[in-house]
Amino acid sequence: MSFQGYWINLKSLKIFVINSKTCRFAPEYSCNKMARHWWKALAILLLIYVIIAGFTIEIPIIGTNGQSSRGLFFHVPMWMCMYTMFTISVINSLRFLSGYDLKKDVYAATAAGVGTLFGILGFATGSLWATYTWGGTLTSDPKQMCTAIALLIYMAYLVLRLSIHDMDKRARISAVFNIFAFALLIPLTYIIPKMVDSLHPGSATTPGFSKEDTDNHMRMVFYPAIIGWILLSVWIYTLAVRYKKLELKNIFK
Amino acid sequence: MKKNNPIQQTLTLVKKDLLLEMRQQYAFYGVLLYIVSTVFVINLMMGKPEDKLWNALFWVVQLFVAVNAVAKSFMQESKGRLLYFYSLVHPRYFIAAKLVYNVILMVVMSLIALGASIMLLGNPITNPGYFVGVVLLGGISLSLLFTMLAAIAAQANHSAALMAIMGFPLILPILMLLSNISVSAFLTVFQPDLPRMFWLLGGLDFLVIALSLILFPFLWKD
Repeated sequence: MSFQGYWINLKSLKIFVINSKTCRFAPEYSCNKMARHWWKALAILLLIYVIIAGFTIEIPIIGTNGQSSRGLFFHVPMWMCMYTMFTISVINSLRFLSGYDLKKDVYAATAAGVGTLFGILGFATGSLWATYTWGGTLTSDPKQMCTAIALLIYMAYLVLRLSIHDMDKRARISAVFNIFAFALLIPLTYIIPKMVDSLHPGSATTPGFSKEDTDNHMRMVFYPAIIGWILLSVWIYTLAVRYKKLELKNIFK
Repeated sequence: MKKNNPIQQTLTLVKKDLLLEMRQQYAFYGVLLYIVSTVFVINLMMGKPEDKLWNALFWVVQLFVAVNAVAKSFMQESKGRLLYFYSLVHPRYFIAAKLVYNVILMVVMSLIALGASIMLLGNPITNPGYFVGVVLLGGISLSLLFTMLAAIAAQANHSAALMAIMGFPLILPILMLLSNISVSAFLTVFQPDLPRMFWLLGGLDFLVIALSLILFPFLWKD
């Protein structure tokens, strides 16, 4: 009885077995809630598969790409993670403005921070790939420029947050800027590719990783890679949110 | 004439801003001097640049002029006066008035910047009517975007540096669009995308106006 306790939930009339340790230190990991965390296990499994298969699988060697095509499994998903995080951020900003709940502001700020992290990672992996394939680390490529601009915008968002000390005011103003910036970011990422000829695959002159010319073996790793990395980014986001909530526990109770 | 009419209220606010400008003339002459000295610095450094460089430099000058001219419109309002306006009009009319006033200001400033550039940097323009049109359109686009950013920066401790940090990444694609459009004023080039770019620019302006009108009331709830 000292380590195992039987706890009866009267409301739902269910009986759970809870270890007293999990109960005390991590109430959200009790058995009934453990089922919610299956996606974290899935993220780990997918990423292990992606890392092992991504480096060992046989890939077609096309022109200057050579072995650097393996970057597809690590570089492209970063971009998608970044946009997932920024979308979560702007949705929470909208929710904040509709109800003035400070928790939503914490979600928005955290998602923007994590999104910026993934943006930097995507930029770094992309520059590395470009160095060996295009012959230059920084090129006037539209997608590279779009990422740079998106990063600058969200860094401005984080700087804006730092410059205001009053919490309610900070939440309100940064939510307004977040929505304004995100709504402009979408057409901008549509405009810039019109301005510059892209070196990225899929535009007029370069072979693309599209349906027709992506190798089947690569697609078997690429799609799990997208899901795995996005799940990882969401996981990092939830951890960061929990940390922020602990920091501000006097306000949120 | 009804006093409560939204358009009437907006126009009254615009008139008040213009009247203040007429009386003080601080913003106008300040920005005028800013334009002339910036262009003069470029003149001293590189004389008369060739057309591609001229175009690039002109839009950079426009960008800095817009930041300075528009930033003033919110900075000059004291906190007490803002509170007074808040009790008088709906914030939507207030931002609408600011947008109209800044567009007027920026149109004047754009023409002055164009004149100063032609005088000091030479005149490589072959299609003047077209270029003046693009410059006015550019001035309007810049002033619209920076008005909303100035409103945000004014809430965040009136920091002009913050406005530049927030504004430059957002304005960059618009500037690229403008400089691409204006290439046709210097050379006869084939640009099949030209009408589309004008639509994009107009659409962006419309989007910025709509976002400002929707989001500003949230900003003003102190």
